[in-house]
Amino acid sequence: MLKRFLPTGRHVVIGIPFFWLLLFFLLPFVIVLKISFAEAEVAIPPYTEIFVWAENQLQILLNLGNYVFLSEDELYLLAYLSSLKIALVSTLLCLLIGYPMAYAIARADKQAQTILLMLIMMPTWTAILIRVYAWMGILSNNGLLNSVLMGIGLIDEPLQILNTNLAVYIGIVYSYLPFMVLPLYANLVKHDLSLLEAAADLGAGRIATFWKITVPLSKSGIVAGCMLVFIPVVGEFVIPELLGGPETLMIGKVLWQEFFNNRDWPVAASLAVVMLAILLVPIILFNRNQAKELEDKP
Amino acid sequence: MKRWSFSNLMLWVGLAFIYLPMVILVIYSFNDSRLVTVWGGWSVRWYASLLDNRQLMGAVMRSLEIALYTAIAAVALGTLAAFVLTRIPRFRGRTLFGGMVTAPLVMPEVITGLSLLLLFVAMAQLIGWPAERGMTTIWIAHTTFSSAYVAVVVMSRLRELDLSIEEAAMDLGAKPWKVFFLITIPMIAPSLVAGGMLAFALSLDDLVLASFVSGPGATTLPMEIFSAVRLGVKPDINAIASLILLVISLFTFLAWYFTRRAEDRRRRSIQQLLDETRPERDPRPQPEVA
Repeated sequence: MLKRFLPTGRHVVIGIPFFWLLLFFLLPFVIVLKISFAEAEVAIPPYTEIFVWAENQLQILLNLGNYVFLSEDELYLLAYLSSLKIALVSTLLCLLIGYPMAYAIARADKQAQTILLMLIMMPTWTAILIRVYAWMGILSNNGLLNSVLMGIGLIDEPLQILNTNLAVYIGIVYSYLPFMVLPLYANLVKHDLSLLEAAADLGAGRIATFWKITVPLSKSGIVAGCMLVFIPVVGEFVIPELLGGPETLMIGKVLWQEFFNNRDWPVAASLAVVMLAILLVPIILFNRNQAKELEDKP
Repeated sequence: MKRWSFSNLMLWVGLAFIYLPMVILVIYSFNDSRLVTVWGGWSVRWYASLLDNRQLMGAVMRSLEIALYTAIAAVALGTLAAFVLTRIPRFRGRTLFGGMVTAPLVMPEVITGLSLLLLFVAMAQLIGWPAERGMTTIWIAHTTFSSAYVAVVVMSRLRELDLSIEEAAMDLGAKPWKVFFLITIPMIAPSLVAGGMLAFALSLDDLVLASFVSGPGATTLPMEIFSAVRLGVKPDINAIASLILLVISLFTFLAWYFTRRAEDRRRRSIQQLLDETRPERDPRPQPEVA
């Protein structure tokens, strides 16, 4: 009798990670949504309560003020747009640089492949903060790049690169390039090379073969790589903070300032909700793509 | 032949692009001059001065401790999640579960950080825990997001695993948990090591999550570095940054090397075993030898 109520092994195995993720990954978003309807208050914690017991009934005080505030202040709209633009451009740059790299690794011989893969993978394991910091020293006005350029006489006075959007693009492409190369490689290495031979036998040139066979076959790799770059870059904070300047407007930075500098938790929460709403479609696309990859493999 | 050389050229340019800044950082960490952009000769004085920097050293120890616990928990949690997703094809909420395992890979850190902090604050109000934010809350945040990476690494290994070995053990009467610990775990061990290392590195590197969910007195190394470099390049930060780069590179290289070697050896021995045992597996009755 008791046995029926005890969890079986199967339930435990599914239950532990499921419960952890529900509690620490999904539930927090519900709370963010809730706080985004609260009002800022000088208290601990610094927001008003939404569910209030008064006269024996539950009152729900929904406050849409934060969202109205977001839509009225142009700064926020511009920050979202500029984040999306920066993410889009850097994703394309990563794809343009990363695709040939992944292609070259996938077509190298087996021995070289493992070494090259390790070389690509290693930076993803070493601190992004430090690698971004390395660029600060290179790009600054009296940094290495400007010294070299002036040394060989290309320019007369230092170029302002650090604290501009150009530096942000360099930093993002630099940091996220491995995340583009790895899924592309995983896809390209699976291709059946006899298809390329068949196309060549049928008279297709190398360029036609590439566009008609290799690129369509690598679609799921391209989607995975682009999503792995695009989605996190939209909310990126470290790179625009360290390499960007006053002209750099990104939503991750704005959210950070609202939270840490202005201590306005409800506005920060509503910024996060809107960002999540924008990213929901790409995230679902990414999850679908990953799930399909999972089913496809034998 | 032309495109081959183009993609190869891109590969080398890309690798140079990835590695040059790190090399330059390491070289400049040996710069004697206090002005970080002027070369003043070779010196290790910034490394020596690190040892006197109590605050920084405290942060280093704290970060290492959190990273260690994160690696252990993330491997346990990520392996379970990977096992569920590859071996249990049907259960209620599988799509939701799969989504929750892969979504942390792409979720912007500011969102995860803010939402976890608000969860902790709400929990503290409701049940009184966590009374204080600090290393435990950072550990929970890091475990949650790095177990997703572990799950991806382990999943790819579980998928290419030969199911027949697990099935054979099951047919011979081994309980599922016994199969898991005696057959599955040893076979995926290299990916567990790799996943654990990845979780360790991710935790050691994280600034944003830690900043949100940490409390007073629990400053991690990235938070320390970040507040120092916000205003520019500093010689002692060059030194600590180079140390981290060197240690992690060495660490990952060794892990990569040993897991590769273990994998090769395992593959060879399995092949050998198959070759040796094949004749004995002959199901026909052996002819009587007169």
